Amino acid sequence: MSSTLTPAPAVQGNTSHRVQSGLLDPKLIAKSLPDAVKKLDPRVMVKNPVMFVVEVGSVVTTISAIASPSVFAWSITVWLWLTTVFANLAEAVAEGRGKAQADTLRKTKTESVARRLTNWPASQAEEEVPGTALRLGDHVVVEAGQTIPGDGDVVEGVASVDESAITGESAPVIRESGGDRSAVTGGTKVLSDRIVVKIASEPGKSFIDRMIALVEGAARQKTPNEIALNILLASLTIVFLVAVVTLQPMATYAGAPQSMIVLVALIVALIPTTIGALLSAIGIAGMDRLVQRNVLAMSGRAVEAAGDVDTLLLDKTGTITLGNRQAAEFQPAEGVTADELAGAAQLSSLADETPEGRSIVVLAKTGYGLRERAQGELAHATWVPFTAQTRMSGVDLDEAEGLHQVRKGAAGSVSRWVTDNGGSVGADVAQLVDGISAAGGTPLVVAEKNGSAPAKVLGVIYLKDVVKEGMRERFDELRRMGIRTVMITGDNPLTARAIAEEAGVDDFLAEATPEDKMALIKQEQAGGKLVAMTGDGTNDAPALAQADVGVAMNTGTMAAKEAGNMVDLDSNPTKLIEIVEIGKQLLITRGALTTFSIANDVAKYFAIIPAMFAGVYPGLRHLNVMGLHSPTSAITSAIVFNALVIVGLIPLALRGVKYRPSDASSLLARNIGIYGIGGLIVPFVGIKAIDLLVQFVPGLS
Amino acid sequence: MSSTLAGWLQALALVGALALCYRPLGDYIAHLLTSAKHLRAERGLYKLVGVDGDADQRWPVYLRSVLAFSALSILFLYGLIRLQTHLLLSLGVPEMEAHQAWNTAVSFTTNTNWQSYSGESAMGHLVQMAGLAVQNFVSAAVGIAVVAALIRGFTRHRTDRVGNFWVDLTRICLRLLLPLSILFALVLVANGVVQNFHGFHDLATLGGDTQSIPGGPVASQEVIKELGTNGGGFFNANSAHPFENPNGFTNWLEVFLLLVISFSLPRTFGKMVGDHRQGYAIVAVMGLFWVASAALITFSEHQHAGTALQAAGGAMEGKEQRFGIAASSLFAASTTLTSTGAVDSFHDSYSAFGGGLTIFNMMLGEIAPGGTGSGLYGMLILAIVAVFVAGLMVGRTPEYLGKKLGGREMKFASLYILTTPALVLIGTGIAMALPGERAGMLNSGAHGFSEVLYAFTSASNNNGSAFAGITVNTPWYDTALGLCMAFGRFLPMVFVLALAGSLAQQQPVPASAGTLPTHKPLFVGLLSSVVLIVVGLTYFPALALGPIAEGLH
Repeated sequence: MSSTLTPAPAVQGNTSHRVQSGLLDPKLIAKSLPDAVKKLDPRVMVKNPVMFVVEVGSVVTTISAIASPSVFAWSITVWLWLTTVFANLAEAVAEGRGKAQADTLRKTKTESVARRLTNWPASQAEEEVPGTALRLGDHVVVEAGQTIPGDGDVVEGVASVDESAITGESAPVIRESGGDRSAVTGGTKVLSDRIVVKIASEPGKSFIDRMIALVEGAARQKTPNEIALNILLASLTIVFLVAVVTLQPMATYAGAPQSMIVLVALIVALIPTTIGALLSAIGIAGMDRLVQRNVLAMSGRAVEAAGDVDTLLLDKTGTITLGNRQAAEFQPAEGVTADELAGAAQLSSLADETPEGRSIVVLAKTGYGLRERAQGELAHATWVPFTAQTRMSGVDLDEAEGLHQVRKGAAGSVSRWVTDNGGSVGADVAQLVDGISAAGGTPLVVAEKNGSAPAKVLGVIYLKDVVKEGMRERFDELRRMGIRTVMITGDNPLTARAIAEEAGVDDFLAEATPEDKMALIKQEQAGGKLVAMTGDGTNDAPALAQADVGVAMNTGTMAAKEAGNMVDLDSNPTKLIEIVEIGKQLLITRGALTTFSIANDVAKYFAIIPAMFAGVYPGLRHLNVMGLHSPTSAITSAIVFNALVIVGLIPLALRGVKYRPSDASSLLARNIGIYGIGGLIVPFVGIKAIDLLVQFVPGLS
Repeated sequence: MSSTLAGWLQALALVGALALCYRPLGDYIAHLLTSAKHLRAERGLYKLVGVDGDADQRWPVYLRSVLAFSALSILFLYGLIRLQTHLLLSLGVPEMEAHQAWNTAVSFTTNTNWQSYSGESAMGHLVQMAGLAVQNFVSAAVGIAVVAALIRGFTRHRTDRVGNFWVDLTRICLRLLLPLSILFALVLVANGVVQNFHGFHDLATLGGDTQSIPGGPVASQEVIKELGTNGGGFFNANSAHPFENPNGFTNWLEVFLLLVISFSLPRTFGKMVGDHRQGYAIVAVMGLFWVASAALITFSEHQHAGTALQAAGGAMEGKEQRFGIAASSLFAASTTLTSTGAVDSFHDSYSAFGGGLTIFNMMLGEIAPGGTGSGLYGMLILAIVAVFVAGLMVGRTPEYLGKKLGGREMKFASLYILTTPALVLIGTGIAMALPGERAGMLNSGAHGFSEVLYAFTSASNNNGSAFAGITVNTPWYDTALGLCMAFGRFLPMVFVLALAGSLAQQQPVPASAGTLPTHKPLFVGLLSSVVLIVVGLTYFPALALGPIAEGLH
């Protein structure tokens, strides 16, 4: 298998992102070995206190073994060095996978020539400069077949762009000026048409540069939880150091002074080497697992925070419901015919390029035989675009009888417009709106105002929403994990409630403006909760920045991508749920291996203590419950086991422990069962098995 | 009635009595620690020493108050002991040497009550009353004050204030320890514990010898010795002496007294954090260890090999005939699990495993239920460690009672669990490395080693009981054990108060289905395993060379 984020679009479709990352590529191990040896540099090792102690111990035993050589001394020495190398190997392998991804990315960073517009938009004069010479705010023109020289926003034109280099997705995407699909990434290729791009990043700080740094682990810093765990591990290490150092005078008094080799072996066996060796690999692999799902986390801290999330803000459209709503029916108000309503609805939607708007025009044509009028047909028409604030769109026609205004939009907004313009909203309209909402649909109210006559409501357009399959089960899972889901929608409260109930979310925020969203996040955070959300538009940027986990869609604007702490290259908002699971899995892996590591010590004591002291206190032979062959074979077996268990657990560290969404109690019971009880039992079996082999080594029997 | 049945009945009565006290006493302590009202006497005291009773302290100030108060206590007690020959009621005892006076002063101030002197021959009534008994009260109160600050760390949000040490100290002494002491001192007197100002009575014995019988204000000191988990006896024989502990009932009562506050504090904790189930979980872990230890020691003492011992029905050496094996074992388990250190029998004479268990009890860190206050904060620190590891296993940044356990919190918790093992092991290691000091041992081999290990374990964990069988009144042991007592008491307090400050500053995280529940049987089991494994792994090599080597043949 390939563990890389492959740019070959033919292989990697949208569904193939679930990568079985647990398997270890033997080639990768071989490739990582030199790096693992390089990491023996004490200046590097000292950052990992547990393994640093092992390295110092290895040096001490090496000196002892040289001073008084024996098979036992050299066996212990060799295996201690191997323990250190194995620990470095875990980290090197984890980093190696990232490096492979970085190399692929780097290939896309070919030195492109940029066509800089010197005085845009006043003139189209251009000059050729190297891509690296581009500065923030420069304008460049890119045409079909050319590579976009840097990150930026499209300011003129529309083009289809091949972004497979970054997303692995072969289908081209549309990038156009204005709106929320204006961001382009350096290194991607324009397939058709011509666009002008305003450069939004300094050279060397582009999105690809940051991606490379992230997957390579160059920007990696220890996360808060990793630091806390490191402190605990360091203190355990100190306790065991003290226990072993002070053991020597006690042993001397008992008449059994121990050799340096045995004392070092005891220290290494006791300190939590397993988790110490794998800790950083677990962190790197966590980021890596995200990358394999095409999510880029800007920091390890964000991945950890994902595991802690209490509240998920999910946009209804695209996340909870399938794509877009479709117009299903025109429901006229009293005294209005369906045809009248259809006509007005069509009129108001002509300039509305949203899928909903298009579906209204289609319904008017198919259901009511209204011919689609081209925008140009209507002279003196002023199109009123939809904004998040007015939440209405429509048209103003300058007709002979006076100004003819048509509006359609959310019930609340249009009603306000009608009352503001002297009209009143009848009870029948409210009934229609409530009826549609109660049925889970979205009502769009259509109203018009002719000249100086008061505005009146013509009727309601019934937009239907389809909830994605399997969402209810997903939300049930999240609830069991203790995560509250809040659906964010621009719909009115009734509509929102119907969909929320159908989808099974815990709460909803209806008629949401970006300000509402922001307020909700702040309110949750004030209660001590961590909030995750997705967003793509520029108006999402403040909320993305405020959220603890803000996942920006790759299709979104540069501003949104800058504000969030993760970017989803697939632009799939449902992935937020997976991100949370990966965050949890990362923490669980750390906890499980810590538990395993500490539980292992019990068996090692039963191997080493009788080996050390059964000579002077024969009663201690009873502690040799494993029936190990001899003192030397017992100590060697414990050390060999200690080293091998690191290698054995590298795949688990990289893959992460199995995680099934469930409540805390059952998760804990399950993991204590596997890693706690398992950690007690496995080494008894393992050490005994190794002893059965080691006892035949001459010099160790 | 057989001694075993009597033991069972005593233990049952004890559990019943402690269960009865759990709610009222725990709630009462919570009330006195949280009430905004001052008694008139307290207001007078605050005025006298110039303390604003309504002002809360930041944790460094709280800590400075604890340390300053304790340092002054040590100085005062040291001076009093050294000068007692010139003061009233000295009974003509000889002047105590400097190293022993230092050891004694530190010992009583740290709630350890390790005694390298013999009470009846070294202390006059004035020092016993104005020095030692006073420290029995205030050192117990200091422990409760520190745990009160830690609990406030959990209950308070976004503040740097953890309470007022002087108010806590005064209230615990005046409202809790004094009334209970007066009540139970009367009960003890009614049951035969002496209370007078007599000196020595020389009496002729039936054998024609003369015997010198000491008197003194024993009951008043005996009650706080147990209630405050102090353990320093009026007499050298401690609670084995008939004037301190005349009969089976007083013996039972003394065990009850030394357990009652520490076993009720989890209720205080539950009440203050607003969830009684949290208190039940903690008290369950404490109870589990106490019951298991008492049962194992009793079992071990009954199993003692040897024909003479079997004929006597078990290991009666070093035990009082009037208490028997079961009651003595119950006392031994309770005193070593509570940092009390009072003894009604001699642990040196216990069977290898029975004696080993008394050492292991102390190695647990005096947390089940532990000393007044110190037991609970020790247990809460281990709960934090358990929550940290288990919390990761449920996939969240670990949090306990809504407070996140980050790097800062784990730093203080780690330093706490590092301190006493380091003191015990380094102290024992040095003692064993010095041939001169090793010579103080009465026995050779593994048992002799256990004597030294016991001494350092007892001092560092602030227990104060002695294995006996070792000469500790030497300048070296007095100094070294004094240092162990001081560091073993005050370093953990520094870390606990720093932790309290760090917790109090946090904004609480609301609990959800994804939060690790810390009140369920699973957590009780988990915390118990963490306690066992952390202690077991730390001390296994030392124990293997002592009691285990001695016990396995």
